[in-house]
Amino acid sequence: MARANGLGRHYRDGNMNFELLFQLLLNGLIVGTLYGVVAMCFVLIYKSTQIVNFAQGEFLLIGAWVCYAFLVEMHMPFWLGFLFTLLFMMAFGIVLQMVVLRPMIGEPIISVIMVTIGLSIFFQAATKWIFGATTATYPQVFETRSVNLLGMQIETAYIMSFVISLFIMAGFYWFFKYSKLGLAMRATAFDQQVAQSLGISVKTVFAMSWAISALVSGVAGIVIGMVNGVSSALSVIGIKVFPAVILGGLDSIIGAIVGGVIIGLLENTAEFVDGQYLHWGNLFSIAPFYVLIIILCIKPYGLFGTKDIERI
Amino acid sequence: MAGFSIRPCGDFRTTYRQDTRIFDTTYIRNAAILGIFAVAMIPFVLDGYYVNLFIQISYFAIAALGLNILVGFTGQISLGHAAFFGFGAFASAWINNTTGIPVLLSIPLAGLMTAAVGMLFGLPAARIKGLYLAIATLAAQFILEDFFARAEWFTGGSYGAAANPVNVFGYEVLDDFSFFYVCLFFLVVMYLLGTNLMRTRDGRAFVAVRDHYLSAEIMGINLTKYRLMSFAISSFYAGVGGAMYGHYLGFVSAEGFTILLSIQFLGMIIIGGLGSVKGTLMGTVFMVLLPEVMETGVSALSVFEWANSTAVTDGLAYIKEMAIGLAIILFLIFEPDGLAHRWQQIRAYWKLYPFSY
Repeated sequence: MARANGLGRHYRDGNMNFELLFQLLLNGLIVGTLYGVVAMCFVLIYKSTQIVNFAQGEFLLIGAWVCYAFLVEMHMPFWLGFLFTLLFMMAFGIVLQMVVLRPMIGEPIISVIMVTIGLSIFFQAATKWIFGATTATYPQVFETRSVNLLGMQIETAYIMSFVISLFIMAGFYWFFKYSKLGLAMRATAFDQQVAQSLGISVKTVFAMSWAISALVSGVAGIVIGMVNGVSSALSVIGIKVFPAVILGGLDSIIGAIVGGVIIGLLENTAEFVDGQYLHWGNLFSIAPFYVLIIILCIKPYGLFGTKDIERI
Repeated sequence: MAGFSIRPCGDFRTTYRQDTRIFDTTYIRNAAILGIFAVAMIPFVLDGYYVNLFIQISYFAIAALGLNILVGFTGQISLGHAAFFGFGAFASAWINNTTGIPVLLSIPLAGLMTAAVGMLFGLPAARIKGLYLAIATLAAQFILEDFFARAEWFTGGSYGAAANPVNVFGYEVLDDFSFFYVCLFFLVVMYLLGTNLMRTRDGRAFVAVRDHYLSAEIMGINLTKYRLMSFAISSFYAGVGGAMYGHYLGFVSAEGFTILLSIQFLGMIIIGGLGSVKGTLMGTVFMVLLPEVMETGVSALSVFEWANSTAVTDGLAYIKEMAIGLAIILFLIFEPDGLAHRWQQIRAYWKLYPFSY
């Protein structure tokens, strides 16, 4: 079965299992932080607009393909193409919110879910149609392919993805702690009416949260695309996000990061157990969903999520 | 929702019994019976292509009705319906192949087996609802898909399972022409059962759970019981639909039951109208015909130079998928109550014309 979950692996056929385990855990950490970033974007939308975005994976896909188009088909230098992609994703998020999701305010949850699912199908088919169903690779960005760290060969792109993920997380922290828009978003998430009466434009906040979510997901898509190549498999990350956010709590940004890292580690541990002892074949891709069901049964609000209390 | 109906002048309901009849008026009942006879004439009038389309519509419609009972009537969201549909297909083939029970009997048995599996995956519904339940059923979809690929004793693994043709009292139903009537039989029976369900205490309990689960609980409705029951009934329908699908194709492969099919089922009930039995049928017809219409549309466009390029013809599969996504989005924005509501409006317009107030 083709690997669908992100970064390709480069471990040697060592006779030391610990080495393999360590390498896998390191991979898990790197993939996990990327899951965490995407999960954070998902939580951002859920927290501020109460919409569950099933099209999060397609944001990654679109970001990666658009950047690819700028770099390869229009021959732009990397920094320019990257910048244009960011602008494009931002506009895309705003337009999407205004055209499709604004009419959905106040509709029952099934309608909201179905709209984002519809978007997901639409964009997945559209990107396949426009860009083709085969995997495309970015031009080489780094000169050295891998560096030696603690006796381990690690691809430069992996380190870059890890650094970018941490950078995005720090950016989110700053954004929600100090920037005016970030504070407005937190206020809206806390209570829309109060926020509105204090002069915050809830419309702008909704549009901006989609814009930021699309933008950051696009960056994550580019990063994964650089490591693994761009193909429709990228959108699978949008599904992998669900175990992560449920584990961490649906409305907690910290929880999203923690959940993402745990799911990344879990996947790789499952692969280790599977490869060494069980030989089932694809435990790694299904293990997060078993965890998801278990979490939902014993602790539905996750590790950091707030409990829903309903008044009668 | 079918809250109101337009009734002829002087036709009053004087008993509760009249109020809960399956068909609102005698006219509608006669029209429905006539409609069934008209559909039964299809194989004599139209060619094999339409017969095939009708067979597709019938097994999808049965499964979609199950989903509508769960989503539209009970308010529990399920994203894993295709997996149950698939389970029914495998279960029926398995029962028939291992025990030799005739296919006509193994179809409802497969439905029962699927109902058991549906209840298993419905267990989280005892504790969670809404969005969380949707995500749990999403997990069910992936877990069952994985099971299909893995359980070789049951599904034949990656090779798939062979399903025998339907056998009615020693007569093998091999061609579309005869299978059409098997489908029509199941379709009518399952839809009558579905409509009847909504007239019983259980059906009303479902609606109560959907509309306000706390009030329902206070009125003495056991939430866990009814949520699980709804999952079971929904999976039963999915299983029966899936079993028919399997025996029609003669071969069940593990690849066919992806999340896309689940979404198509949801699309059918949303386009048709949540909480409407009649709407489910309309939505299914729409969803099955949509790709066909797209194909005809694309080939009709190909007389123009720009539409005749390979990009358009090669992208036909993607255009069909895009059309599904777009149809769901547009219906949700412009007609959230679905085709059933639109149909009601059209009827009201003609009935009340020219004084529509």
